[in-house]
Amino acid sequence: MKSLEELRKLREKAQKDIQARKTSNKPKVIIGMGTCGIAAGAREILKAVMAEINKRNLDVIVTQTGCIGMCEKEPLLDVQMPGKDRITYGNLTTDDVSKIVVEHIVNGKVVEDLAVAKLED
Amino acid sequence: MEQSIYRSHILVCGGTGCVSSGCKQAQDALKDELAKHDLTSEIKIVETGCHGFCEKGPIMIMYPEGVFYCELTPEDMPELVEEHILKGRTVERLLYTEPNSKKSIPSYEEIDFYKKQQRLVLGNCGHMDPESIEEYIATGGYEAIGKALTEMTPEGVIEEVKDAGLRGRGGGGFPTGLKWQFAAGAKSDKKYVICNADEGDPGAFMDRSLLEGDPHRIIEGMMIGAYATGADEGYVYVRAEYPLAIERLQKALDDAREYGLLGENIFGTDFNFDLHIKAGAGAFVCGEETALMNSIEGKRGMPRPRPPFPAEQGLWGKPSNINNVESYANVPNIIRDGAEAYKAIGTEGSKGTKVFALTGKINNTGLAEVPMGITMKEIIYDIGGGISDGNKFKAVQIGGPSGGCLPEELLDLPVDYDSLIEVGAMMGSGGLVVMDDSTCMVDVARFFLNFTQSESCGKCTPCREGTKRMLEILNRITSGEGKDGDIEMLERLAENIKSTSLCGLGQTAPNPVLSTLKYFRHEYEAHIYDEICPAGACEDMLKGYVIDEDACIGCTACARVCPVDAIEGNVKEAHVIDLDKCISCGACVSKCKFDAISQA
Ligand SMILES: Cc1cc2nc3c(=O)[nH]c(=O)nc-3n(C[C@H](O)[C@H](O)[C@H](O)COP(=O)(O)O)c2cc1C
Ligand code: SF4
Ligand code: SF4
Ligand code: FES
Ligand code: FES
Repeated sequence: MKSLEELRKLREKAQKDIQARKTSNKPKVIIGMGTCGIAAGAREILKAVMAEINKRNLDVIVTQTGCIGMCEKEPLLDVQMPGKDRITYGNLTTDDVSKIVVEHIVNGKVVEDLAVAKLED
Repeated sequence: MEQSIYRSHILVCGGTGCVSSGCKQAQDALKDELAKHDLTSEIKIVETGCHGFCEKGPIMIMYPEGVFYCELTPEDMPELVEEHILKGRTVERLLYTEPNSKKSIPSYEEIDFYKKQQRLVLGNCGHMDPESIEEYIATGGYEAIGKALTEMTPEGVIEEVKDAGLRGRGGGGFPTGLKWQFAAGAKSDKKYVICNADEGDPGAFMDRSLLEGDPHRIIEGMMIGAYATGADEGYVYVRAEYPLAIERLQKALDDAREYGLLGENIFGTDFNFDLHIKAGAGAFVCGEETALMNSIEGKRGMPRPRPPFPAEQGLWGKPSNINNVESYANVPNIIRDGAEAYKAIGTEGSKGTKVFALTGKINNTGLAEVPMGITMKEIIYDIGGGISDGNKFKAVQIGGPSGGCLPEELLDLPVDYDSLIEVGAMMGSGGLVVMDDSTCMVDVARFFLNFTQSESCGKCTPCREGTKRMLEILNRITSGEGKDGDIEMLERLAENIKSTSLCGLGQTAPNPVLSTLKYFRHEYEAHIYDEICPAGACEDMLKGYVIDEDACIGCTACARVCPVDAIEGNVKEAHVIDLDKCISCGACVSKCKFDAISQA
């Protein structure tokens, strides 16, 4: 170790590895993983979300939930930005994921044409 | 290759406590289950150090949700993966259940045991992989030594530690900054820093947990101490009974060397430092600083007279600074965040936090880190969840074999160095044993004295012989052979031993006797003059129970529980116990609503 600079660079890199353990004040993606969700391809959606987040180096919580009673719109995915309403997107394909991540998580704009519900926080 | 992010981390406790309750088997089962569902690339398993809640082990925490699961078995893993990981549903039955409200609590922070804690020193324990130097660095690790080396002078470091008000966590509470100043002031071509991880107090395991759960923090604390005092070499003296702590520390040392954090020209400065581990044979007296240095030198672990103090002539005759594990563990925070932030926690004379090992007749046992100045009541009732089995509190023993027993009247006492000394106890290394009304205080004093007596190194006559005499008297008292004058004799011996012993072992060995005499003298008197043990704990003294015929209304409750049918009498008439049959089990006493039954 030659300098504080070197240590700080190392820290930035290392923090990425443990970011999944920080839970507050981060954008959150919630994927519906009820029985019909999984049948409709929720696992593929989840994998696409992870790939997108990895690719763009984002710090996002990805979590899952059970049946939310909208089985006919599966696969479902919710995005909740810190302090904002929780938006539910439905009838998704893996191709939609990239758009949601870029528009909503990176730019903070709800993707209206994919949104199916809004939950007040 | 681009490093990939896992969507979830499962933190599996791999501390000594959880290892013995089977966390390895659970972890293996978890791995199999994850592999079965093709989840290994999404979910990362991280083995951590102790969460301090070993009684509830094996423990796992699921992130990002922060859900706390406990008492897990390998058989629980399929359900855990299926429900929690795949479907996102919390597995209710594996959550922690609050002993009083019987509610299950999903998140770590909401559990009463953790709510009132302030985990600064233990902040990383249980929350990171202790075998990963990268994770330590990610939490801000080695920033403090970097700052000290590149932006502060050794004097500046000492001033900061003095200003923070840090006092030694190994028992005595000596101001750490001042101790460093003494060592810094000594002129020598060679100096050492030593970390005392002997942890000999029965029941204590805070130092072990720190070494197992966050070894780099200790290394960093020692590096800062070395820079401040001018040392370039250090020793960590760990008891050999702590193999996991030694293994983790060794890994940490290897990694730190590899990253150039130990070795030469650290952070591009002319500061050189390296560390060795010395495994100690585990005698209690070896925790005494001069005996410890003898032991490192390969001599018998016997205390040396002071002065000269270690700061002048310590290890191999060279100026040395010795601190406890927890003392060093406080240092990186002080330097990184500054003395002001550190001082904000605690009381006038005791700053920061203290880790306690809570044991005894209490609902939640384990390691708890609390701000100095918290009351005993808060520790026992809020964090500890109160007395187990609905029994009544009697006393709390604090400070291990050198400490004292405090009664109910002192439960509102703020826990800090000076308040404890004032009432005849001491902080010690942080053992807290809670006792209920089934505990005999004479017997407690006997237990601790028996411990120190057998651990005396034998160098001084008062400690060697005096404690033996005291123990004999206590043995007599608890077997019903106590006689008039015993109490006075105990007090005389105690004062003698305290004032004429060479080291802290002898000087404090009588404390448990003196404090129980101070607060529970009536129990000694009851044993000696009334020939009864009020707690009903001293078996030799139990002659059976009698019923007061005036108080007895003949409800028959006692007769129905007696396992040997020793109680006779008609309904609504006074009952009688046949002393020849009575086995002194005490079952009838608690059943009688009219307090009619007492010891014969
Ligand atoms: C009999 C005896 C046993 C001791 N055992 C320990 C021990 O296990 N760990 C410890 O840190 N200090 C122990 N001490 C206190 C040490 O002598 C020394 O004061 C301490 O390590 C200084 O560190 P501190 O100023 O950071 O507390 C013991 C003292 C005596 C007299
Ligand atoms: S006081 Fe006891 S333990 Fe300490 S040096 Fe003397 S005999 Fe040994
Ligand atoms: S103490 Fe036990 S054995 Fe004796 S009378 Fe009571 S219940 Fe029976
Ligand atoms: S299982 Fe997906 S909404 Fe019901
Ligand atoms: S070892 Fe797991 S909680 Fe202590």
